Amino acid sequence: MSDVTLNAAATVPEAAPRSAPLTEVGLVGWARANLFSGWISTAVTLVLAYFIIRWAIGFVDWAFVNAVWSVPNNQTQACRDARGVGACWAVITEKHRFILFGTYPYEEHWRPALCVLLFVALYVVSAMRRFWRPSLALVWVGVLTLIGLLMWGGVLGMPYVPQERWGGLVITLILATFGLAFAFPLAIVVALGRRSNLPAIKAICVIYVELIRGVPLISLLFMASVMFPLFLPEGMNVDKLLRAQIAIILFAGAYLAEVVRGGLQALPKGQYEAADALGLSYWHKTGFIILPQALRLVIPPLVNTFIGFFKDTSLVLIIGIFDLLTAGKTAIIEPAWQGFGVEVYLTVGAIYFVFCFAMSKYSQSLEAELNRHRVR
Amino acid sequence: MSETLDHVASSARTDAPPAILLDKVNKWYGALHVLRDVSLNVALGERVVVCGPSGSGKSTMIRCINRLETHQEGVIKVNGIELSDDVKALDDIRREVGMVFQSFNLFPHLTILENCTLAPIWVRRMPKKEAEALAMEYLTKVRIPEQAKKYPGQLSGGQQQRVAIARALCMKPKIMLFDEPTSALDPEMIKEVLDTMVSLAETGMTMICVTHEMGFARQVADRVVFMDRGEIVEMGTPTQVFETPQTERLKLFLSQILRGH
Repeated sequence: MSDVTLNAAATVPEAAPRSAPLTEVGLVGWARANLFSGWISTAVTLVLAYFIIRWAIGFVDWAFVNAVWSVPNNQTQACRDARGVGACWAVITEKHRFILFGTYPYEEHWRPALCVLLFVALYVVSAMRRFWRPSLALVWVGVLTLIGLLMWGGVLGMPYVPQERWGGLVITLILATFGLAFAFPLAIVVALGRRSNLPAIKAICVIYVELIRGVPLISLLFMASVMFPLFLPEGMNVDKLLRAQIAIILFAGAYLAEVVRGGLQALPKGQYEAADALGLSYWHKTGFIILPQALRLVIPPLVNTFIGFFKDTSLVLIIGIFDLLTAGKTAIIEPAWQGFGVEVYLTVGAIYFVFCFAMSKYSQSLEAELNRHRVR
Repeated sequence: MSETLDHVASSARTDAPPAILLDKVNKWYGALHVLRDVSLNVALGERVVVCGPSGSGKSTMIRCINRLETHQEGVIKVNGIELSDDVKALDDIRREVGMVFQSFNLFPHLTILENCTLAPIWVRRMPKKEAEALAMEYLTKVRIPEQAKKYPGQLSGGQQQRVAIARALCMKPKIMLFDEPTSALDPEMIKEVLDTMVSLAETGMTMICVTHEMGFARQVADRVVFMDRGEIVEMGTPTQVFETPQTERLKLFLSQILRGH
């Protein structure tokens, strides 16, 4: 009996794999499944398509077709005539140097411009895994020092530019880069400290995180700008930008520490035990086993926090530091250019978007690459 | 006949200095008394199998030996070094005691080879080349040298556990602890791990193994320890313990184990 069934099974030829019907694959299949799967979805698709296309045409008309690209010496009449139907990109043409570099002396603008390029180059190099080696830290120290030299000047024939005159994009990049470059290591130390067996270290880390997280960044910035100088001895002055920078580092550090701690807690206990059982010291265990895994786990929330702080640097406007957003705002104070905020804010928003979107995209690829070992 | 041989072997070994000594060890989790006056001597080269129902404290006991758990009363000495809060002494002990876990606990972000070479390089300060050669030697012994470049997630459970054994052996330990090494494995993979452990036993390694594999216990154990509710209830050669149980608790346990098989 069983022989018969076995034989019967063996004689049935294996079905040759057929390709799926044309209506199920490719663009047609996708559209059928997602856009036109029934009469309701077809109706919704058509209505939405109508609005999207109408809006897109309107935007193209406003932003490109009817736009005013430049006007002669602040004669903004052409712009005012086009109001409502066309964008006035002339404000950007006219004010872009101010938006990017603030009140930095005009003929020295090449210095902050070079700094921005240095920052971008530093990001690109740091993003490539083949440069991930200890010497990269030296590159960071070198580049950041060079940026400081360029901005301040006073050497190599570059005139000295006091910090009060710095502004624009370069301020945003300085605050964000220095902020996260110092806050991230601080966060790792604090997160490890919070899980320490030593009560004093643990208490210090808990108090730090809870205190800093408990107040708004704005109040920290105010404290840094107004209260902090009161505690300094007469005649001693710490740069305002540096004070804001420290406030941002402390604030970001507390948030990042909690993100890192989440990763430490997500690791199975067995990983700690296996490292202990092999006799690895605390630092070897932490450096080779715990942190590499914990940080990979928290790449998404980590980048989320990075992006948040990149934008939060714009809060320094309340203590009178000219970051990118404040510079944009100030650019349209002049009577001739009043009323062209949309164009300026769109431009500033686009600059923020480029940096944040790059971070987001990079983190996705990094996550995929670093978690390759999870794929079977 | 094998019984007498076993007996001779173990009595010969008792002349050697004890590799592990537990004297009246007590441990509590809060109010729960998990180890009660546990005393055990393991001679160098001796193979001890610890069995008992779940929650009997057998895992806790062997985890106390390399201080993954701390005991509150009593004395534990490994190779003559007493376990205490002294970090230096603990490092010395952990270097000499290898451990294999129920859930393998390989490092998933490191390759098999890196898993095996990490501790020799950083704890034993062995040059990288030498550590890799050693790792390949042990991976060959557990019969998976061809997997060296893969990540743990790409291996089967049985293969992972054999890597875990190789990883522990790369530290050249004098003592090996096994905490239910086959409990998390599919039935068809248990044998490959047990075979590896049997060949390890044949090299004369001092072993303490928490397991329910009675066949393994009969084959390699010099002594079987039965624990229940935090106490050592019976102890003897496999034949004594399995054929002539003295206590009701052991009889009950054996009947349950046998019914399960």
